[in-house]
Amino acid sequence: MTTDSRSSCATPAADPWRQQPARIHRMLQELPGVTTFELVPESGIGGGGHGIWPFRAGQFNMLYLPGVGESAISISGDPARADVIPHTVRQAGNVTRGLAALREGDVIGLRGPFGSSWPLERCGGHDVVLVAGGIGLAPLRPAIYQLLANRAEYGELTLIMGAREPQLLLYPGEYDGWRAAGLNVVTTVDRADGSWHGSVGVVTSILDRLWLRDPSGTLVFTCGPEVMMWYVMRTAASRGVPADSLYLSLERNMNCAVAFCGHCQFGPWFLCREGPVLSFDRVQRLLRIENL
Amino acid sequence: MTDQCETFWLPRADLDRLIRLLSEDGYEVVGPKVDQSAIVYDRIESAADLPEGWTDRQNPGEYRLERRDDKRLFGYVVGPHSWKKHLFPADELVAAAKRAGDTWQFTTPNAPPRRYAFLGVRACELAAIAVQDRVFMGGPWVDPLYRARREAVLLIAVNCTQAAATCFCTSMNTGPRCERGFDLALTELEQGFTVECGSERGRELLRRLFPADGPAMAEATELAAAEAARSEAVTRITRRMDTDGLRELLLGNLESSRWESIAERCLSCTNCTMVCPTCFCSTVTEVEELTQVDRRRQWDSCFNIDFSRVNGNPSRNTIAGRYRQWLTHKLATWQDQFGTSGCVGCGRCITWCPPGIDLTQEVAELRSSVERDSAGAVP
Repeated sequence: MTTDSRSSCATPAADPWRQQPARIHRMLQELPGVTTFELVPESGIGGGGHGIWPFRAGQFNMLYLPGVGESAISISGDPARADVIPHTVRQAGNVTRGLAALREGDVIGLRGPFGSSWPLERCGGHDVVLVAGGIGLAPLRPAIYQLLANRAEYGELTLIMGAREPQLLLYPGEYDGWRAAGLNVVTTVDRADGSWHGSVGVVTSILDRLWLRDPSGTLVFTCGPEVMMWYVMRTAASRGVPADSLYLSLERNMNCAVAFCGHCQFGPWFLCREGPVLSFDRVQRLLRIENL
Repeated sequence: MTDQCETFWLPRADLDRLIRLLSEDGYEVVGPKVDQSAIVYDRIESAADLPEGWTDRQNPGEYRLERRDDKRLFGYVVGPHSWKKHLFPADELVAAAKRAGDTWQFTTPNAPPRRYAFLGVRACELAAIAVQDRVFMGGPWVDPLYRARREAVLLIAVNCTQAAATCFCTSMNTGPRCERGFDLALTELEQGFTVECGSERGRELLRRLFPADGPAMAEATELAAAEAARSEAVTRITRRMDTDGLRELLLGNLESSRWESIAERCLSCTNCTMVCPTCFCSTVTEVEELTQVDRRRQWDSCFNIDFSRVNGNPSRNTIAGRYRQWLTHKLATWQDQFGTSGCVGCGRCITWCPPGIDLTQEVAELRSSVERDSAGAVP
């Protein structure tokens, strides 16, 4: 395996089926139908041998609602923060709808962290461009926190954030702080009224115009709808960023999260194990094939 | 693993004593028996449960039990069951959740595993067990339920002395001779069995079966007859699969029109994946019990449309896509994932496919269509 996809996991020796009880510390309504759950394992964070923390930016946990089921949710908090573990969840199925109906103080089950991570270890001295579509910013946020915590180690840092409309931009309250800390945040929306002063259009049109100091030394991380990521990868490649420096976070049906159940296979990869973060050169050909 | 110098002789009448000894040792002995016009693997109490005088006739989409003109106990090939139904049960508890005040108490099963002794494991099935070992114990995660049963199981193999028309283990290098991975390996002759030991546990079992003076060594005539019987299986295998460059052939032709041609016949019924001794796909489902919620792992199949569903939409929306997933996984990407083919050449998927789709034939068709195309191409 190459360096870009360190395999999971925190504690492979543990029983992978074992759930950790985790209490909902806070529920933050981010957008219509999108809630961030700040979870605290009952055994505490950083102790208790639960393996939930620390995680690596880009990894996911399985959130479990007994009687309903599990859902794979990327961890959207700061890996350095040991008080709560945030997960930003969009209501899309039975489990995520059930989670939305819970209240602060309720307890759910948690397994993880699972999967590969954004290759921050490759970013030292380089320019990094993050491209997010909608809720796709959630798995990128841990990487943003880590990049900004050691800002001096990196070159230009850019976030291109796209949404359907201005009201649907995720984590808008954080953009100014990120800008102040040295992240060039560019927002764009598909449609807006006169009160919007940002850009209108797709993220790729921003990426196409973005000044790149050194394309061959730039890394691009993207997460969003698969079709968006495909064009982001294509655009970045056309700008001269090498395919093995382009990373995307793929989504498939996750059931066991430990490569036993077969659901999340994408070509040779188990997206719960070698993914969700993979480099474009490994999946480029497969992404073009229908019904794979 | 096989000690060629030490081949013992087990008189036919003593097989029953072996089964009873295993039961006394606390093993649940599982072996072949006739059930609903097929030879299946189920709990057996004595040698009387074995399918004496029965054999199976198999062809694509066809399985028939027939009488033999002798009293062989293992005179068949393989049936619809494989040992995975015991090592990786079709439905099992993996975790449970119980309300405890305002929180949940989460548990995982900690009962001691069932101790199985499998009697009648074929060479291709030993290979299949080794394949599933890599799936469930190859890491980084290890399935504790599979591992517990796997570590406890005792494997008594029985060499094939015949082959079905659907067999192609010689193409997959998995048989028909049992060479490794067993505790004991038997070859059946009219009066009894030659026995090879593959482990100290197997050796010990034989010693205890003949406490007075130990097991008798097989005589030269018996060894020669056993060798001839095993050779018979080899010569009867007619089906072939050309595995040369197979991974590249499949992964290089993901958009071939052959997939559509197969989809016109494939019912997406999942039979091939249920009878396959290596297929491991499953889904954990929630089962509400009176006082707790059980999480049960149940066999699933990549042929089910819901299997790939994400946010309401299946990733593999066509039968062609699902068959392609199954075949390319089995024969190609399995190698990337586990360093081995996922196919052991047992032929079950051919026999139990209602329209009789034959993967060896489909691979050959794909190969010749690619060769035709490249021959027609202007260099």
